[in-house]
Amino acid sequence: MNLNATLIAQLVVFFILAWVTMKFVWPPIVKALDERAKKIADGLAAADKAKADLSHAEKKVVEELRKARESAGDVRASAEKQAAKFLDDARAEAARIVALAREAAQGEAAVAAQRAKETLRDQVANLAVAGAERILRREINAQVHADLLANLKQELQ
Amino acid sequence: MATEAPTSGEYIVHHLTHMNSTGHKQAAVIDWSVWNLDTLFFSILLGVVTLFFLIRAANKATSGVPGRFQAAVEILFEMVADQAKGIVHSAESRKFVAPVALTVFVWIFLMNSMDFLPVDLLPRIWAAITGDSHAYLRVVPTADLNGTLGMSIGVLLICLYYNVKIKGFSGWVHELFTAPFGGHPLLYPVNFLMQMIEFLAKTISHGMRLFGNMYAGELIFMLIALLGGTATVFGFLGHIVAGSIWAVFHILIVALQAFIFMMLTLVYIGQAHESH
Repeated sequence: MNLNATLIAQLVVFFILAWVTMKFVWPPIVKALDERAKKIADGLAAADKAKADLSHAEKKVVEELRKARESAGDVRASAEKQAAKFLDDARAEAARIVALAREAAQGEAAVAAQRAKETLRDQVANLAVAGAERILRREINAQVHADLLANLKQELQ
Repeated sequence: MATEAPTSGEYIVHHLTHMNSTGHKQAAVIDWSVWNLDTLFFSILLGVVTLFFLIRAANKATSGVPGRFQAAVEILFEMVADQAKGIVHSAESRKFVAPVALTVFVWIFLMNSMDFLPVDLLPRIWAAITGDSHAYLRVVPTADLNGTLGMSIGVLLICLYYNVKIKGFSGWVHELFTAPFGGHPLLYPVNFLMQMIEFLAKTISHGMRLFGNMYAGELIFMLIALLGGTATVFGFLGHIVAGSIWAVFHILIVALQAFIFMMLTLVYIGQAHESH
């Protein structure tokens, strides 16, 4: 337990070691640890952001789906409406055509009936003339009695 | 090798004598012309080992996933950095003070750990190398008062430096005379005396605490070795049992004393930053 010059030497060694540690040991470790802390913080922030993005995207997807469903419903409704309108139009057109055809047929039928009546009238007149000829047993001058015959035809109408 | 077995007293005295520059036991209590070569050798060697490991860890330190060695050094680093942050409040000072604390802790831990080597191992090897069976060698630098007081005086110098740096020279002198009792002129001498006693007591107790623990630990290892040296069944078993128990207990002391020295270093430097 004696004191000697070792004490001074130890004092110097102490400062040399402390200086070297301060210069070459402490700063790199501080740097590495700070960098890692920053990395971890960044990583956590990125994870949080990703999570937020994901939930945002999910919300957006739900929204888009809802919109798509809505617009699909709209499209279907309008298509149905249009189809119904087409159907109605077609029905109306068909009814119109049918009515026209019926009218035309009726007109034609009326003309034909008129013509048949006239023909019949002519034939009846001729028959009446022929009958009268036979009755009178003599020829009637057609020209002389044309007026008479026309009147007769008129009456038969 | 000793030709005749030494007595217990001779064995202990031999083991407690330094290999110094004179070659024989130092006569005067204080003699500044003598160097303890063994203390110097082992403390510088372990200082180099300390720096080697720390610099290796520092160079390999990456911000990526740390390996086990790096993680271990980082745990140590964080422990010291946290303590420094809690005690020394100036971030500027911590740039120097925290590395000092780390160095002190690792270095003292290694120097204390020299106690775990069998007490006769290195002295016997040294005796064989020199061919002198009475060659002195002490392997625990912290069991040498010169070693521990050298470090505690280093801490004192750092404290004085920060006292002047933080408070200014006149501010510090003013504090020396007015604290702790007050600014009355009659109290100046009392204050100054008190301050001097405080600095002296801090430094001496700082160095003595470590020295005392390691010296006592080393001495007990020697006594246990003496027990084994009786070459009886009782001595042999006693050596094994007591040696094991003391070695396990000494692990605590080695780590604890290194930690205490580091903490007191921080506390004393922290006090130098505070105005009374």
